[in-house]
Order: sequence, then C-alpha cells, then structure tokens
Amino acid sequence: MTDFLTVCLNGVTLAALYFIVASGFTLIFGLLRTTNMAHGSLYVLGAYVGVSVVTITGSWWIGLLAGFVAVALIGIAIHLGLLSWMAGQDLRQALVTIGLSIIIADLLLAHYGGITYQIPPPDFVAGSISLPFVVGGQYSAYRLFMIVIAAALGGALWLILNRTRVGMYIRAGIDDRDMLSALGVNVSRVFLFVFALGAGLAGLSGVVGATALSISPGEDGRYLLSSLVVVIVGGMGSLGGAAIGALIIGLAEQIGLFYAPTYSIFITFVIMAAVLAVRPQGIMGRPA
Amino acid sequence: MTFTTTKKLVILSAAAAILAAACSSGNATTAPAGSAAAGTAAPAESAAAASCSGHTISLGGLATLEGPFAVPGQDSFRGIEQALNTFATRADKKGWWLGDCEITLTKEGSDATPAVALEKAKKLIEQDNVDILIGPLSGDEGLAIKDYAKTVPDKTFVNGSSAAQDTTFRDPAPNFFRFSTDGAQWQAGLGSYAYKTKNYHNVVTVAEDYSFPYTQVGGFMYEFCAAGGHVIQKNWVPLGTKDYSSVVSNIPTSGVDAIYVALGGSDAINFFTQYAQAGGKAKFIGGSITVDQTVLGTTGAFQDQLVGTITASPTSDTANEPAWNEYVKAYHEQFPDGLPYPGLFALSYYNETVGVLKGLAAVNGDLSNGQQAFMQALAKVAFDGPTGHIALDQNRQAIGPNYVSEIQKGADGKLAAVVISKADNVNQTLGLPADSPYLAQPVSRDFPSCP
Repeated sequence: MTDFLTVCLNGVTLAALYFIVASGFTLIFGLLRTTNMAHGSLYVLGAYVGVSVVTITGSWWIGLLAGFVAVALIGIAIHLGLLSWMAGQDLRQALVTIGLSIIIADLLLAHYGGITYQIPPPDFVAGSISLPFVVGGQYSAYRLFMIVIAAALGGALWLILNRTRVGMYIRAGIDDRDMLSALGVNVSRVFLFVFALGAGLAGLSGVVGATALSISPGEDGRYLLSSLVVVIVGGMGSLGGAAIGALIIGLAEQIGLFYAPTYSIFITFVIMAAVLAVRPQGIMGRPA
Repeated sequence: MTFTTTKKLVILSAAAAILAAACSSGNATTAPAGSAAAGTAAPAESAAAASCSGHTISLGGLATLEGPFAVPGQDSFRGIEQALNTFATRADKKGWWLGDCEITLTKEGSDATPAVALEKAKKLIEQDNVDILIGPLSGDEGLAIKDYAKTVPDKTFVNGSSAAQDTTFRDPAPNFFRFSTDGAQWQAGLGSYAYKTKNYHNVVTVAEDYSFPYTQVGGFMYEFCAAGGHVIQKNWVPLGTKDYSSVVSNIPTSGVDAIYVALGGSDAINFFTQYAQAGGKAKFIGGSITVDQTVLGTTGAFQDQLVGTITASPTSDTANEPAWNEYVKAYHEQFPDGLPYPGLFALSYYNETVGVLKGLAAVNGDLSNGQQAFMQALAKVAFDGPTGHIALDQNRQAIGPNYVSEIQKGADGKLAAVVISKADNVNQTLGLPADSPYLAQPVSRDFPSCP
C-alpha cells in the first residue's frame, strides 16, 4: 500500500511540473490558435537562464523570476517579429516555431555545451521531509513544493482569466476573436500579452523542472511532447483540462514505470489515442 | 553521453516530415589525399613495407553519423583514419599505401538502427565493392551485420565498436572479426572488486532496457555472483526515462550495499539526484558509460555520494601509460577539432583498423581466392594497442585489457575517475570456463540471476 501511495505521490508531483509547462502552451493555443512548437525550447531557455542567474546570484527565487521575465521578453520578440506577420496562418506559424526551436536549441548547445546542469533548490525545501505513508518514511521536500507552485500558478491564472478585464478579453477572444475586435478591443495587444505570459510560464517551468530533474540538450523535445499530450488529453485551450491531463499523464507514467516499466511510454500514448478516439476535443475541450 | 529518447525521435520525425528537410548524411568517399601528411609516427613495422603491388585495397567504414550517436560516430572515423595515417603512409607519396597498393576508404553513415546499418553495409559491399568492411558502431547493428556477413563469405567484416556479446560469442560468422572487447568484457574486474575489496554483498541494479545494458549487467554479474554476491533486484527502465522517483521508491531501503547503475549521462544524473533526495544511502557502481565527464562535471547534492563509486571500462583518460599517451598525442595532432580525449569509439575503430593493416601486411595485400589467406592471417593477428595487448580467440573475438576505476575527489574539489587496477588479456567469458552455468544462456533481463 505504501508502494502505491508513494507512486501516486510521485505521479502527482510529476503532474505538477507537467501542468506548469502545459499551462502556457494551452493558453497560447486557446487564444492564438497557434501550436507553439517552440514551447519546449522556451522551457529549456528558461532553465538555462535560471542556471546562469542562480549561479551568479545564489538565489533560487531570482532565478525563477529571471526565467519568467527573460523568456517572456523573448516571447514578445517572437510574437512581434515573426508570428504577428502571419496572423491566422496556423500552419505557417507552426512551421516558423519549429524553425525557431531548432535555432534556439543549437544556440543553447553552442553556449552551454552538452553538459547536464541542475539548479540547487531553495534551502527550505532542499532536503527530504517525513511522511508516514511513503516508502522509507521520507519524501523529497522540493517535489512536494512543486505541487504548491502548480496550485499557486493555477490559482493565479484562474484569477487573471476570471476576475480581471484582460482575462475577460482573453476568454472572449477564445470564443470569438472577430467579435472581440469589432467591440473595439485592441486584439493584437491582448494576443501579445497572452503570448508573453505563455512563454514566460514556459521559462518559469524550465527553472522549476531543472531543479527537480536536470537540464541538458534534448529536453526541449521531451517537454514539447509532454505538453502536447497533456493538452490533447485535457483539451486544447482549457486550464482545467491541462490540470486534469497533467494528472492523468503524470500518474500513468509513474504507475507504469513502477508496475510495468517496459510499457510505461506505451501507456501514455494509449491514453492519448483513447482520448482522441472517444473524445477528440479532449476531456475539457469544446468541439471546434 | 546523451541518449535521445524515443519521444524526441517522434517529435523530430514529425518535424522532419513536415519540413521535408533532408540533410545529406555522411556519405562521402574520402580520396586518400593530403590527410596522410598529418601522419606523425613512422613505426618500424609499417604496413607500407609489405611487397604488395598492382591493385587497390578498398576499405569501407561504417559508423553512426545521425541521431544520438553522431558525435561518437565522427570520432570512430577519426580512429580509422588515425590508424591509416600511422601505419599506412609512405614518405614519397600522398595517400595510404600497403607497399605499392593504394588503400582507399569509403565512408557510410547509419543512424544506429540495425535496418539502416544493414542497408549501408550492403551498399558498401555490393555497390562500392569494398574488400573489407570496418563497422558498425552499436550493439544491435553489430548483430545485424554479423548475420549479413554469413551471406557474403568472400568478403571480410571487421567490427567497429559494437559490443553485443552474441556478435561473436554464439553462432559467430566465420568472416566476422572483432578486435574490440564486448560490453561484458568492459566490466571485467568490477564484480570481484565490488565483492572482495568494497564488501558489497547485496546489490540492486538500475539499467536501461535494451541489449547493451543487458550485456553490461551480465558482465558485472559473472564475477559478482561467482564471488558469492547477490543481485537482489533488477530494475529495467525505458531508454530516456527522466523521472526515476518511482524506481527509487522500488529500491529496498535497507539491506542494499550498493546500486549498480547503467544509465547514460544526464539520465544517470537524474537518478543519482532523486536517489539522494529520497534519502537513499547506498553506494553506487557504474557501467562503462554511466560515470563519464558529463556526470562528474555536474554540480549537485549527489556529488558527495558519488565519491567511492566504482566503474570499469576498456579505456581510461587518465591511464598514464606510454603507448596511450603517444596515441592521444597523435590524435590531437591529427585532429585538432577532435574530442578532449579519443573515446571508446575512436579507440575501438583504431584497433580494428590496425588489426586489418597487420593482417594485410602478413599476406602482402593478397585478397585473391575469396580472401581465404587474408582471413587466416587476420585470425592470427596480435598486437600491442594504445591500452595493451590484443589478440583474437577461436571465435575471432578480441582478448584485451580492461580498467577498473574509482571516483575520487581531487585536491581541487573536482571529481575524477582514478584507475584502481588494470586487467590484461580479458577473454569473452571473463575467465569463466566455457561450460559455466553463467554462460548457459544469452544475457537478458532475467539472466544471469543470483538473488
């Protein structure tokens, strides 16, 4: 029983990371209808920024903030410089972001090399804490802290979306971009805000992920794929869907790894295929 | 070393399909040109002294130039070229020579999959008409090429760096030669050292779920189990797993002296970190590619726990032996853009090529009559390579040296692998008799076993 509880806790903490990564992805897709294929690269970029800043300042929190701000600024540059020129051309935008992801990955490889980096966690969650119901009675404090971060971010995003004027614009934009524009809202500015926010969340999640696991070349594809799977299962453009999708995928990965290691990757894709077959718009998604 | 995940391949192939961007793979015929001018050493028994004349000897080189092993693949070709530059040059002519016979090298790149390796080998043998094929790089490729070799008995196949045990151990091909040791031999000395010196009696293994780690775990267990040790649990994880928390949960919290870890570079770091974070206290034992510079150079909480980790490999960067130092010096002179140290892959291909040149010299380049004389001579070739003496057994498999190292903290606070012992003339059974129960079956997830 402790085995199962521990594995479930592993799944939930992994889901917290997946949710943080996928939340930005699903926001951008929900409003802009852009499948940002560079999302994984923005994650990696944020992680490397975090590595550098934490090394210089010694503060994990400054690193987290730097990861968010730096990647949000890059997101603004990407949107203004490239994507806004091809608004509404989904396929072209996807191709441009694939190109960007390759460029970003190679630039990072040139600068940081193939070495693996880790960010040391903030002191108050550096060790392990006692939990009676897990194997060995000890559990990594940082992994539990990730649940707190995910919950806080989820709550903050919910507040922004549901309690602010910008959030109202975003929700309206998800439903009908043209009508929102016709009502006199500067839609392109809302788009820019959402893209910057989504990119910033990717950067922030990079810092969180590089602390929990590690960062090295090739992680971009991994997190892009996990984000894709999470939002496909949960429903494109839905924050709640991202949370549910992340939980399902995180739990499936960890339970699979424990009870049937050979098939754990397979299980993830079976879930995705099943969702696509039964409910193509995703669990919380609305039909297109 | 980074092993790309299946997932990444999915993404990349999707991206590639969309972009239809086909980069040309390494598919180039190297004219034996000025590169030979870089040859430095002029060894006494240069192959160029043989009295060969009249014909061209055509070598084919096969290594991985795409995918996760692209960098090692490049280094593999450096190994072939370094051997040719060192042993097959003439003062009066450019290019590579055996007496008056010119040696040409045609290169082909695979992507580490058996299917592509086979296709490229067929291309080299059937279209380019090479006489001798040197390659491939990785384990599953080697098994495919061995089977292909049986269908072309009048050509000679020499391994690259592929290290699966059964490429030569079970059902070998009569025209397939391997001057490099296999993944089990790469663990020689480790099991005994762990049991006898380190007093590790109960060990848990964590390794990736494919043929190379099976061979490595097997090589470790041959000695460890024979010494009396117990491997109480084996964890096989999918290649590219990043979150090992549930694997860590599965490891017993008491009664484990050490954990044998055979994971590549960054994956190993994730495992070490998560094990330390979960409060694990056991020591580590590393496979041949587990505790490399990628891992040692990474700072993190797990670093202190790595001190005392033991590992085994056929090369050691810090082996301060004259032949090795000379080899490394020549490598740097010939390939200024090379790696900080010629790795396992460069050394394997180097040794294979040296073996070929010695065999050719012994028959004066005579490849007539289905290469029969050459193959007989090749089976008898023995030489002192950069790491030690290499000879072939009855299955045409190398018997060679191996190192056991331990991770220690240097005066500068950095971790480094320090050579503990070197075993010479390690054979494919690691000294076990051929009828040993440990050799009764091919290595696999469940075999050998000593719970």
